[in-house]
Amino acid sequence: MAAPMLRWVGRGRRWTFAQVDGGSCHRREAPTGSTSNRIRGRSSVAQQPLYTTQKPRKGEHKWAAVVGLEIHAQISSNSKLFSGSQVRFSAPPNSLVSFFDASLPGTLPVLNRRCVEAAVMTGLALNCHINKKSLFDRKHYFYADLPAGYQITQQRLPIAVNGSLTYGVCAGKKQSQVIPKTVRIKQIQLEQDSGKSLHDDLRSQTLIDLNRAEGQLRVDANISVHHPGEPLGVRTEVKNLNSIRFLAKAIDYEIQRQINELENGGEILNETRSFHYQLGCTMSMRDKEGKQDYRFMPEPNLPPLVLYDATSLPAGADPQQVINIDQIRETLPELPSVTRERLVQQYGMLLEHSFTLLNEVGLLEFFQNVIKETRAEPKKVTSWVLNTFLGYLKQQNLAVSESPVTPSALAELLDLLDSRTISSAAAKQVFEELWKREGKTPGQIVSEKQLELMEDRGALEQLCHSMMEAHPQVVMDLKKGNPRAINKLIGLVRKATQSRADPAMIKEILEKKLSS
Amino acid sequence: MLGRTLQEVSAALKQGQITPTELCQKCLSLIKKTKFLNAYITVSEEVALKQAEESEKRYKNGQSLGDLDGIPVAVKDNFSTSGIETTCASNMLKGYIPPYNATVVQKLLDQGALLMGKTNLDEFAMGSGSTDGIFGPVKNPWSYSKQYREKRKQNPHSKNEDSDWLITGGSSGGSAAAVSAFTCYAALGSDTGGSTRNPAAHCGLVGFKPSYGLVSRHGLIPLVNSMDVPGILTRCVDDAAIVLGALAGPDPKDSTTVHDPINKPFMLPSLADVSKLCIGIPKEYLIPELSSEVRSLWSKAADLFESEGAKVLEVSLPHTSYSIVCYHVLCTSEVASNMARFDGLQYGHRCDINVSTEAMYAASRREGFNDVVRGRILSGNFFLLKENYENYFVKAQKVRRLIANDFVNAFNSGVDVLLTPTTLSEAVPYLEFIKEDNRTRSAQDDIFTQAVNMAGLPAVSIPVALSNQGLPIGLQFIGRAFCDQQLLTVAKWFEKQVQFPVIQLQELMDDCSAVLENEKSASVSLKQ
Repeated sequence: MAAPMLRWVGRGRRWTFAQVDGGSCHRREAPTGSTSNRIRGRSSVAQQPLYTTQKPRKGEHKWAAVVGLEIHAQISSNSKLFSGSQVRFSAPPNSLVSFFDASLPGTLPVLNRRCVEAAVMTGLALNCHINKKSLFDRKHYFYADLPAGYQITQQRLPIAVNGSLTYGVCAGKKQSQVIPKTVRIKQIQLEQDSGKSLHDDLRSQTLIDLNRAEGQLRVDANISVHHPGEPLGVRTEVKNLNSIRFLAKAIDYEIQRQINELENGGEILNETRSFHYQLGCTMSMRDKEGKQDYRFMPEPNLPPLVLYDATSLPAGADPQQVINIDQIRETLPELPSVTRERLVQQYGMLLEHSFTLLNEVGLLEFFQNVIKETRAEPKKVTSWVLNTFLGYLKQQNLAVSESPVTPSALAELLDLLDSRTISSAAAKQVFEELWKREGKTPGQIVSEKQLELMEDRGALEQLCHSMMEAHPQVVMDLKKGNPRAINKLIGLVRKATQSRADPAMIKEILEKKLSS
Repeated sequence: MLGRTLQEVSAALKQGQITPTELCQKCLSLIKKTKFLNAYITVSEEVALKQAEESEKRYKNGQSLGDLDGIPVAVKDNFSTSGIETTCASNMLKGYIPPYNATVVQKLLDQGALLMGKTNLDEFAMGSGSTDGIFGPVKNPWSYSKQYREKRKQNPHSKNEDSDWLITGGSSGGSAAAVSAFTCYAALGSDTGGSTRNPAAHCGLVGFKPSYGLVSRHGLIPLVNSMDVPGILTRCVDDAAIVLGALAGPDPKDSTTVHDPINKPFMLPSLADVSKLCIGIPKEYLIPELSSEVRSLWSKAADLFESEGAKVLEVSLPHTSYSIVCYHVLCTSEVASNMARFDGLQYGHRCDINVSTEAMYAASRREGFNDVVRGRILSGNFFLLKENYENYFVKAQKVRRLIANDFVNAFNSGVDVLLTPTTLSEAVPYLEFIKEDNRTRSAQDDIFTQAVNMAGLPAVSIPVALSNQGLPIGLQFIGRAFCDQQLLTVAKWFEKQVQFPVIQLQELMDDCSAVLENEKSASVSLKQ
């Protein structure tokens, strides 16, 4: 079984509405606990790469996979989507439960303004159309951690639709080349979370935690394969993937499983599957209840959510009572794609470098701070930040914020290098010293360790001379016509200077002496 | 003192003619005497006495909280009351004690009102007789009135049996009986399709359904969220306005309450003349099932307005006849959804079966709900199925819009208020009532009241006169959305013209011990 050729290749494919909503199974969800206030995004991903189980022989059909993701992301807010109770990670079970959260009879949902703003902001960031009017629906199913017997969501008219996200995929010969891709977003919806079921197999009990504030990301992946040019295949849904790594593994596995199944004359069932983390495979969840009908109904206790923009904002509206899309747009930070473009333009860096700078939390800021303080070329700074600095961090598994080297220290170091006060080899040495957190500046380290470049040409000439005398064999080799032998001499001289001499100058002196 | 209106007794309290504690004790003793009416599910005697004590202190210190301070009130048992059992007359919630007060309850308490107890109803307010709750049916105090008994004596065919008592109407029958029997001065009902106005009409009371969004539903255990409103039952229109003044206003806990300021408090002017008024008579409300007595009173009322100079117009609400079936779909769908939370896990009834969670749900819900509730859940879930949603729920919503537009068109044609019957006839005897099932009864009895809930309009039933049998008949006024004050002002003028007689229960009070003895066996057998 050959590995899939390429992931994320080929033109983006968009689910049509009919495809997403067509099968009643699509939204079926084994209700397990997860996050609290959340945004559910339906990306309509994404891909039509070609797959074969073996190298395609002539005339053999290739396979294309289609993947759609349903992403559940917790909104960073102080209180829950529909109640005033707090959201706090790892709070004791059921300690943050309001009467509404417990679904006591007579309680009503009250929409959290912050969550709406976050949803609008997400929609804007993902180039969505923001619906000025959106609605809430009830989705019904019985489950122990769903105390109301329904979940409030935005099924029919969500807050944002039709967006896109551009991202990069490492590909190419060296796997370092970044190919930009676009994924289309079908919709973003605000959704109340279910509680969390804690199964105690020992006592065969299930305990319910209604805090509903754990786990920040959960993804359900819909996957099908088909031959290009033919109708889409039957899809399966792999539920509850909670890391990017497992998501990728589950999708890869499922695509390959479907291809194998079909090539062996089997068929794909429209079913819900789970991903087994240890075994790395997907398994049918064999939902006893069969196909669920969620009996969607408009939530009667929440009026339509109406958003305004500068043109539709009623005069004299109380800013506390209305949400202005344009105002939220102004507070949007620079989006990653714009930042990356700016980095490429401004500093002439490679696109893949801009991705790396943005993918590591705090790295871009670190980079920009170094740039601000140093005279060194941006390319030099990029190289040092991405290779040396990031390398050290990775090796020790540290975050940028935990770095022993400050942006100012690195900037000073790069200045020393730029002014040719030290060699790059000495610079590496200084960096290593800085990493030890001894509180010394690069300048102090350079003078203490006497790492300055040897400026005294006479002394260097003297050193070269004695080195040639000490190694007549090498000089003979050179004279016999082996030009690479000079490197050995250069190395010896550098070593003798503790890397303080400029290799170019050494080479020049040696060549002069040899030719004379 | 007990027979007075809220406004009158409030004045008496302020003048020191009676203290809140004395008033509270009088009401409590009457509640005991009229226990056979089955108006109350829970009597919160201790709470009421304590509240009376505090109220008394305030009066002594000259710090009265207003018109409601020291006034005994009752609350339908589908409003959450902190620390007081709230059952919805269902096995499902027997023993359930809410940890919070419904906003309307809290507002009454904040104004110093005394909570006498929680009143009886049809299970989860599903019914029109107050006969279908687990605590047994509510008896209409008019069954024992001098007016009714005298008429019965005159009628040679009538068997003068105490078992021939009348229903109160419903589903807020307990609240209606409580006010009608003088055990309190005002009571909260809920009104989804007429549940406040219907028993008000049968018990000779003012039954007011405010505009949807004017009064908070937070804490009201829902029947149909999009139609439910807390209702007010009082002995006169001014009393209803006083209570409305205390309850109305936006509630951050109910997102469907409106923020637009409405003139508060709801002081009602006394209309000197009605010549600038236009009264609409919807022609579709004249149906064959309407009793001739109600019909004749309705037309007399129209004549009264006309003779006093008001313009009286026939108007058309063409989609009226679709209201019942449309309501059936929308109501059962929301019921199916709202009842989903009663699974026996966190609160309420839980069965002994524990083979699986699903089996536990099924048995708890089977045991917890009566046939009416289960029937509505079943139909509602049917209408919400993916394959049926468009054909039933969406269509019903569209019809609802048409019904609402009918009213808008009528009001746009210049009509200020609509005048209609509240019920088809006066209250019927219990034994007569139960010949039909709950669904048939609800469909019949809501016929004049329910469209108003679809449209979210304010409406009030005003007692007009006694029937030939000596029983109250009410008529309904319907107003423009959020024109509650205008509606009540017209109703107040009308109330003054008709001079509805006070219920004469003296006989009942005097020999109620005898009645009590007679009723004991009867009520036991009815309660199962």
